[in-house]
Amino acid sequence: MKMHKFAKLAAVAAAGALVLSGCANNEQPTGGEGGEGGSELSGTLTGIGASSMQAAQEKWVAEFMTQNPGVQVSYAPEGSGAGREAFMGGGADFAGSDRALKEDENKAGEFGRCAEGSIAYDMPMYISPIAIIFNVEGVDDLNLNAEVTAKIFDGKIKKWNDPAIAELNPDAELPDADIHPVHRSDDSGTTENFTSYLSEVAPDAWPHEPDGEWAAEGGEGAKGTSGVVAAVTNGTGTIGYADASQAGDLAQAKVGEEGNFSELTPESAAQIVENSPVEEGREEHDLAMELNRKGEGYPIVLVSYAIACAEYQDPAQAELVKAYLSYMASEEGQKAAEEAAGSAPLSPKLAEQVNASIEAIK
Amino acid sequence: MSTSVEPRDPQATPEGEASQPTSVGRGGELVFSTISTVSGLSILAILAAVAFFLVLLAAPALTSDPADLPYGEFWQWVAPFAFGTVWAAVLALLMAVPVAIGIALFISHYAPRKLANGLGYIVDLLAAVPSVVFGLWGINALAPAVMPVYGWLNKAFGWFPPFAGGVSGTGRTMLTAAIVLAVMVLPIITALCREVFLQTPKLHEEASLALGATRWEMIKQAVFPFGMPGIISAAMLGLGRALGETMAVAMVLSPSDQISFELLTPNGPNTIAANIALNFPEAFGLGINQLIASGLVLFVITLAVNMAARAIIASRAEFSGAN
Repeated sequence: MKMHKFAKLAAVAAAGALVLSGCANNEQPTGGEGGEGGSELSGTLTGIGASSMQAAQEKWVAEFMTQNPGVQVSYAPEGSGAGREAFMGGGADFAGSDRALKEDENKAGEFGRCAEGSIAYDMPMYISPIAIIFNVEGVDDLNLNAEVTAKIFDGKIKKWNDPAIAELNPDAELPDADIHPVHRSDDSGTTENFTSYLSEVAPDAWPHEPDGEWAAEGGEGAKGTSGVVAAVTNGTGTIGYADASQAGDLAQAKVGEEGNFSELTPESAAQIVENSPVEEGREEHDLAMELNRKGEGYPIVLVSYAIACAEYQDPAQAELVKAYLSYMASEEGQKAAEEAAGSAPLSPKLAEQVNASIEAIK
Repeated sequence: MSTSVEPRDPQATPEGEASQPTSVGRGGELVFSTISTVSGLSILAILAAVAFFLVLLAAPALTSDPADLPYGEFWQWVAPFAFGTVWAAVLALLMAVPVAIGIALFISHYAPRKLANGLGYIVDLLAAVPSVVFGLWGINALAPAVMPVYGWLNKAFGWFPPFAGGVSGTGRTMLTAAIVLAVMVLPIITALCREVFLQTPKLHEEASLALGATRWEMIKQAVFPFGMPGIISAAMLGLGRALGETMAVAMVLSPSDQISFELLTPNGPNTIAANIALNFPEAFGLGINQLIASGLVLFVITLAVNMAARAIIASRAEFSGAN
């Protein structure tokens, strides 16, 4: 009996020791232990951030770890704000965020795992178009511009046959029915991007600050993308916004300005990001995009960034981050995300810029 | 913990001497009294720990400058949600309690024995359905189904304030949320009422019937007076569940942050629990503290409701036919 117990204990201790030594190995990359994958990387990499790219990150993590068996990557989709906070506090190697760090947030020496005096780089990694979905009897095609969209979601335009909508849609037979706009009831990057589109392009019609929380009065709230899609599908005369990948069979509006309405495709979404400049006054390689939503392409896109140190305290960690980010930005990685999450791949020109930033990480 | 047991010993000793217990019996006495005392105290300890945690994490939100709070001034922000919490729960109870009493009476006094057993089992099954399933049912089945009814209610009874306003185009309103909550609290209220009604002394019932009462009069004279404290505590347990219900409300209700009695518009105020669920995933910094502070408000509301229920039961006990 006693021997038996002792044997059990010993087994547990041995297993524990193995696990612990495994961890210890991971923490100090020694190289040459990569295994069959041909990769020599090893270590652990933690990311925290936006839940919008959760599906893509899951795919990326799985693929990257298959190629690099020595590396343990984890991504916790705790939200953009939590990700940025954890990254600043040194709790994560990189952050995923639905917006870039603001200029006054990105100051040298503010980041826990970065070398002294290092700033952070914002790199666009995940472009997800946001569809305007609607469910109106007898209407399949709908053209909307920012001003009319803003007025609809702000409750200023109340009927589907309002002259303002009719003007944009001369061919559609618009019914004399109430409009029921549906918005997200939870705090979300989708809402933040949708409202920043409205406030940038139609500031007079959308008087609210862009925010992850819905700011306008009225309208109907629904929880999560799936909730919005369900509400729009089950309702009558409804209109909402949702990640394009989850919009299902619902009709999607063409968005743009008079005479330039753009259908939502991965290409048209990528185009608008490609034609946008990097914000002025940023350090080199800090790719905070200033989306030019009035240009060519589909204007309502969510751009999620990977935020990483310009220079890490631990050079081995920098190698890991570079490897993982390069994979995310690669053609292969972007394709994987498109399959897993329905995102729009980075255009070649943008991918080049992102890769230059990754190369610059030390 | 052993110290808390000692005071019981002096009491136990005289009894022990009188009945000459075996040593095994004496040991069992000690073990059991220890277990029950520790369990009893642990409930207090857990409650105190929860309250301590809430106060500790809520404090930063309550003490810091309102301008720093991400969701705005605290009391102004939390008031509509506190109202929505109570409003939704009360509506749910208004619908659930009469039905629950009806089902319980049917099971205890009207139905044939076999049917009663089966029905009781089915009601208990309803209690085992997870709330997320009720939420899915609410948005995908109930809301589209009640939309035409809401339109009619609004047209016919629009002069009655709760039915006024522009009807929701998706059916996801305060009334829908209250119906879902009512279905969720139905089993717990029914099960308790049934047990209480079955406890009615047979003598009371027979005496009533012997005086020429019909079955309904017998229920009025014998069953209800006896069961009243039980009905109230059953309703309060249901209210507790309705106040704290999170997922179903978060999924079904189209929430607003204004105090409104309108039942058919999408302006129903959110509940505290659902609001925490909706905003917690993206909250950080003071936002987390502010959400937890709203949780503290819910904690206080629940406590107040339960104490009120206790008071009602205590005052009713004198009138009850039980003694």
